[in-house]
Formats: sequence, structure tokens, C-alpha cells
Amino acid sequence: MQTTAHAFVEHSRAALADEQLRRALLNMKPGFQDRRAQSVARLPEWEDLRDQARALKDHTLAHMDVYLERFEARVLESGGHVHWARTAEEACAAVHGICQAVGAHTVTKGKSMVAEEIGLNPYLEARGLVPVETDLGEYIIQLRHEPPSHIIAPALHLNKEQIADDFHRAHTQFAAERSLAEPRALCDEARLVLRQKFLAADVGITGANFLIAETGSTVIVTNEGNGDLTQTLPRVHVVVTSIDKVVPTLEDATLILRLLARSATGQEQSAYTTFSTGPKRPGDLDGPEAFHVVIVDNGRSAILGTEVQDVLRCIRCGACINHCPIYAAVGGHAYGWVVPGPIGAALDPAMIGLAEAHHLPNASTFCGRCESVCPMKIPLPRIMRHWRDREFEAGLSPAAQRRGLRLWAWAVRRPRLYRLGAGVAAATLRLLGRRRGRLTRLPLAGGWTDWRDLPAPEGETFHRRYARHKRAA
Amino acid sequence: MGEARDQILAGIRKALGRGETDGTAAVSAADARIAAHPRGLVPARAQLPREAQVELFVRMAETVAATVARVSDADAVPDAIADYLTGLNLPQQVRAAPDPELDALPWGKRPLLTVERGRAEAEDQVSVTGALAGVAETGTLVLYSGAERPTTLNFLPDTHIVVLAADRIVGPYEDVWDRLRALGALPRTVNWITGPSRTGDIEQKIQLGAHGPRRLHIVLVGNGG
Repeated sequence: MQTTAHAFVEHSRAALADEQLRRALLNMKPGFQDRRAQSVARLPEWEDLRDQARALKDHTLAHMDVYLERFEARVLESGGHVHWARTAEEACAAVHGICQAVGAHTVTKGKSMVAEEIGLNPYLEARGLVPVETDLGEYIIQLRHEPPSHIIAPALHLNKEQIADDFHRAHTQFAAERSLAEPRALCDEARLVLRQKFLAADVGITGANFLIAETGSTVIVTNEGNGDLTQTLPRVHVVVTSIDKVVPTLEDATLILRLLARSATGQEQSAYTTFSTGPKRPGDLDGPEAFHVVIVDNGRSAILGTEVQDVLRCIRCGACINHCPIYAAVGGHAYGWVVPGPIGAALDPAMIGLAEAHHLPNASTFCGRCESVCPMKIPLPRIMRHWRDREFEAGLSPAAQRRGLRLWAWAVRRPRLYRLGAGVAAATLRLLGRRRGRLTRLPLAGGWTDWRDLPAPEGETFHRRYARHKRAA
Repeated sequence: MGEARDQILAGIRKALGRGETDGTAAVSAADARIAAHPRGLVPARAQLPREAQVELFVRMAETVAATVARVSDADAVPDAIADYLTGLNLPQQVRAAPDPELDALPWGKRPLLTVERGRAEAEDQVSVTGALAGVAETGTLVLYSGAERPTTLNFLPDTHIVVLAADRIVGPYEDVWDRLRALGALPRTVNWITGPSRTGDIEQKIQLGAHGPRRLHIVLVGNGG
């Protein structure tokens, strides 16, 4: 995928003015946050499961080479093929080579963020193939020629009226006057259209939530059943995945599966979790004749052993995104790359470079909700802070901000002067905001006050209040 | 591709600060974990007494919009299926897995019910399959592929009927892995199925029957005692 992460600030400004988007983003609280909270409350072992999952993934990362080798050996034993890809280009070429070898024309696809990352659809289209996204959200955004705005709900940014317009435009085989006012009608129409695609496809491409070293199985977790039709009906099943998806055993995948759906959608379990091992067996009446796994690195191995290695624990549940106030304000497209939200802010600079993605770690209030809901306990604010440090060191932050920080650093090392300055500032701001208790305009802080009011300080500095409380205690 | 493989693995080893892995402690630790496949934490709700486990399975399955009909023994299954179809105004015609356990059912008791065997085809409306297990903790069915158990039956038809003996209900998922290991190498497909197909992709309003079955009906046989 072509990144536009460098334009995060401009994207955000446009997003904040987009009424349709703002309406769509309001669905996140009841749709994701409330349901997650309820399902977590029903499982008393939640925190212990998180600790175990973190330890498991840390162990796996520390032995990643061995587990990948074991995974590969088991895939080969079960009659499958393994392709390794260092880059997006190598991964796309591998998939295209498989399609070409079997003379494929139509290719169905389950939702895969790795496929989005490597730009698989445009690559295949440019070579005469017709890739069809079959996850409903992915199908909708494919009709609109848009990237996903969310890793588990790709069309989260849209309202049903927009989708109805797209269907009226794209599905000319149906009566123009039919009603598509309700989600039910949209869902049924997509089912009808895509059913034909499933049956016609030569190759089915899915991603993988896990690769199991013990058995050589790939695992997908879906709700629609599109992934299963994608990988069961065509002659060839291709799994496009990345090195960080490997786990040691079936039990280890199971541990994380107790966390994944609950974190993502608040379901106790997703409707379909499917473990695929090799091609169909002799005597099987259905299933693919060939099974290929394309294992993509694309910059991940370079994250191992660095200060941000914890991002490789991510299981792409989306919980941090669903609970992020910044994401809720600007949506996923503003981030400009496949993975948005807090995990994007932590991961993307490592994947596409700090020069391109340096705005993203600043897109945080450091409220800490992302870390508190992360099933894998990734310290997202700490990693964002790490990137902010690197951004400052590399001279990528705006000059005014850098000067301001230098001035502050100079002052804070002179405590008496700092206290004096802070006292004057607090008293002045209190005076300025005394009528309404808030400030609507402030010199040098337009970035804040253009969008919201600043609560006026009460006139006392933190230092003074702290000292007063200490005396009273 | 051999070059890509070697370079990726070498990159990982370099990042982890070690060389070729054969015979090292890292290899032993990884292989030991694979061999022992230790269970992680199993929630208390998956460790209830037998009878409570069956009740939990039914409750969890119904929570995710599956329907459950309980019958006392296998002889009552054809009636339960035929009555279910009648109740929904569906034709008395099913595509059943060519599974000896299903063949053994007394289908002759409902002569108007047409039972065809094989994999699912596009026009099949209703499928009937067995299941390896039911997992109580989330009301999840576990099905696995094989010559007698085609996977298409689980996904293509609008209505999927699963015949499950209550004594196949287990507490946690891990019990099913033990059963599968006892059967030998994993089959091509193992499906965990928790309720019918659904999507929330349009304004996060849940719709059933996105691409897979719109209805999942479980005929639970016996009391599991």
C-alpha cells in the first residue's frame, strides 16, 4: 500500500470537518467498547490470561527462527508449499506466480492486512487477474477504491446510505428502484453477488491469525464465513501471512483465542475459527488440491531485538484503535497506512520509516486506554514516547516546537526561575479566564484552542499546592 | 526463494543475538514446548461438573443465536430434523454428510424427508452433519474434515443442522485437541463454529447470514450422563 502517513495533519483537518465520518465513528462506543467491557466482565480470569499471553508471545519471539523452521517442515510434510518473501514485491510475485501456474483468472480473497500492506490487489490487477474481496467491509471499500480504515472493520468510516449508493452504482444487474435502505438488504445483496464469485474462483487467498509450529496449520478467525468459502471452494488455497504470526502449539493458539474475539468485538468467540493443514486428503470430497503459505518479513525481523520489539506481540484485534480518542475523532484514513490508531502509531514508524510516519506517535493524548485494553499488554504509550524522542533527535518536529522544548528544558533546570515563571503564568491565565472559567484563545496555543477551550488554571502552581498539602498532612 | 528464506532466518537470528541454531539451548526449549504442548490457563467455567457443562454449552450456543433441540436418543433425531424444517416452512430435503454415524439414524421413520449424501452444492438449502465435540465454555462446535465429513456442508447451505451426542460436550477447547491428537495427524480442516454466520460491517449492526449459514441448529442427543 502507498503510504500517505506524512500528511496526517492535513488528513486530520479534513476528517474533522467530515460530517459523514463523524456520524460513522459514533458507532464505535456501543459497537466495540461496550461489548468488549461486558465480555471481559464475564471472564474473571481475564488479567491472568493477558499475562500468560504476553509471556507466551515473548517466548515465541525469542525463538522465532526455530518455530518458523518447524512450521515450514510441518507444512511440507502435510503436502503444502512454503514461500518466503523479504519484501512486498517478493510476496506479490510469489502469489502471482502461484496464480499463473494454475492459469487462474478470478481470485477470491478473505480479509488480510498483510495483503493490504504488500499491495496485492493492484499487483494482481496490473497482471490481468481479478481479485475479489469477500469480507463484506473489504468488498465495500474495494467497490469504492479505498483502503481499509480499520483493521477489523474496514468500512467503519461509512454509513449505510453511502454503501447503498455504491451498490446501486456497482450492481447494475438488479432493478434500479430496489430498496437498499436497511443493512439487512445490503447484506443480502452482497451475499447474492459474492456467492457467484466464491463458486467461480480458481484461487482463494486468505490471511492468517496464527501459524502453528507444532502442526503446520494456518488459522483464520472470521464471523462471516467468507474466509472458509474462499479457502474451501477453489482448487488452490494461498495463505498470505507474516513471520510474527507464528505460535508454538495448538494450546498456545487457544490461549490467545480466548483473548482475541473478546478484545475485538466483545464476542466470547468469533463465529468461525478455522485450522487448515495442507491440501485436501485422499478421499476428501472438497477442499483445495494445493496449499501454499507465503511468509512475509517486509521489515518485521528488523524490529526484533529493538526497543520497540513489543509491537510484534500484536494480534491485530483492534482494541487499542477502538478505545483511542484520536482515532475516534479522525478515523483510520488520516493515518495514511494499513494499521491506524495507537498500534499504528507504534508500529508504522518501524515499518515505513520515521521520516514518513513521525506525526503518528504524536497523535495521542497519552490517556493510556490503548495499553489498558491491549490483550497482549503492549506498552503503546511508552513506544510512542520512544518515537517522539527519535523524532526530536532527528530534527523532524516543527521548529517552533523544538524551540519551545529547548526553552522549557533550559528553564526547568533552574528551579527558582521556573517556579517564578510558572507562578506568573498560572496567575495570568487565571485572570484571563476568570469570567468563564475557560480560555477560548491563547497565544502560541492555537492548535489547542482552535478546536476546544482550555480550562483556566485556578491560579496556584502544582508545586505550591503540593507543598501546601504536605504541610497540612 | 531459498535465498529469501535463509536471509530472513539469518536476520532473525542476528536480531536475537545468536548464530545457527542446531543443537543449541534455544532449539531444545522450542522443541520441548512443542512436544509437551502445555495448556495455558483454563477458565473455571470450562471445568464445571459434567451435567453443568452440558447446560452451559446449550446456554452459550443459544446466546450466539444458535438454536438447540434436545432429544432423548438417536432414534428421535429424524423427527427432530423434520419438525424443525416444518416449523421454518423449509422443504423436507437435506444434504447430509456421508458419515456412518448419520447413516445409522432411522431416517425411514420420516419417509417424506429426502436425505441426499455428499458434499454441499450451490443449490443445497439445508445440510446435516455430525460434530467431533461441543465446547461448553463458549457454545462452540468442533467439526473436522475427512472423506465422510465434507467442509462445504458447514458453509454453503442457508441452514446447517448439527447432530451432537451430549457425551461429546467437553469443558475447554484443549480437551478437543487431545481427542484430535489421538486420531492421528490433523485433517485438512478443523472448524470451530460458534453460532451462525454474522457481520457487523455495516454501521456495526449485527446481521446473521453474511456468507455462511443464516441458521445453525443443534440437535443434542441424550443427557451426556
